[in-house]
Amino acid sequence: MHFPLAQIDGSDAAGTVTAVLFYLFALMTGGSALLVVVSRNIVRMSVALLFTLTGVAGLYFLLNAEFLAAVQIVVYAGGTLILIVFGVMLTSKSPFSRFEPKLGEVVTAVSLAAIVLFALVLGVLKTSFTGAAGNGDGGDGAGGLVAEEGGYPVDRLGQVLLGDYLVPFEVVSVLLLAVMIGAAYLAKGRRHEGEGAGEATMSRQAREWS
Amino acid sequence: MHVIALSFGVIGLQHYLLLAALLFVCGLLTILTKRNAIGILIGVELILNAANVNLVAFNRFAHPGGPGGAMQLDGQVFAIFVIVLAAAEAAVALAIFLNFYNNFSSVDVERAQNLRG
Repeated sequence: MHFPLAQIDGSDAAGTVTAVLFYLFALMTGGSALLVVVSRNIVRMSVALLFTLTGVAGLYFLLNAEFLAAVQIVVYAGGTLILIVFGVMLTSKSPFSRFEPKLGEVVTAVSLAAIVLFALVLGVLKTSFTGAAGNGDGGDGAGGLVAEEGGYPVDRLGQVLLGDYLVPFEVVSVLLLAVMIGAAYLAKGRRHEGEGAGEATMSRQAREWS
Repeated sequence: MHVIALSFGVIGLQHYLLLAALLFVCGLLTILTKRNAIGILIGVELILNAANVNLVAFNRFAHPGGPGGAMQLDGQVFAIFVIVLAAAEAAVALAIFLNFYNNFSSVDVERAQNLRG
């Protein structure tokens, strides 16, 4: 049986290193994702999410998407996750608060997730991805080195981002501006209830944590 | 069509797809079982990461680049947009949660039952 898509990494040594690194990052990603699911503590969930995001960044490196890996670490692990941690600190009465779900909810969710996982795995394994076989596996072992042949990927990515995808790029920048204003407006709270709501929250938390 | 056997030594597209499926299901379970609103947000982030892994893996294995044509990077560009939108969504969602916490002194989604605020 011939799988063109599975043989892009031609040489044995590079393939072995890639395989070991893939399983390492896959273990990191999947294990900490499972930890996110089973953990009942919101702070531990955030820390597990950090390892999941870092593992996904490693997978991007293996997929020759170096710029995307850097963006993943900077924006996700450095920005979004910090935002989530701040949200945890600002919205929990104690930083280790927990809400237990009902047993029926857990049974329903687990059965639904098992069905979805079964369908996804079966779909992946029964589909032969041979239609879009690239021309990178020339048998010379250089198929994995995209950078030498099609130009440096980040260079090409910048050209694509400001060329073919210029309109989405500008729309996203306008969206970010709108999000910034909207988030600031929403988080400001109501001012007509006596003192500022943010200050009330802070003082209430200071009371409860002490 | 029969089930294709996975090879353990050579990492192909399907390995990444299976890992993304696991990530997606973990995110789904997180959304369904957590009652903390921020936990649900973390589940959404997991699902978006699963989609990103799929996009980048398909981009890598379907358009690996070659001597002839230029490299196709559509999947990576999509993934960048997904990351930007995820950051924006997290910011707005956390602002809403802060507002909700100011009103209810809790982020338990079971208590978000009316629209009066």
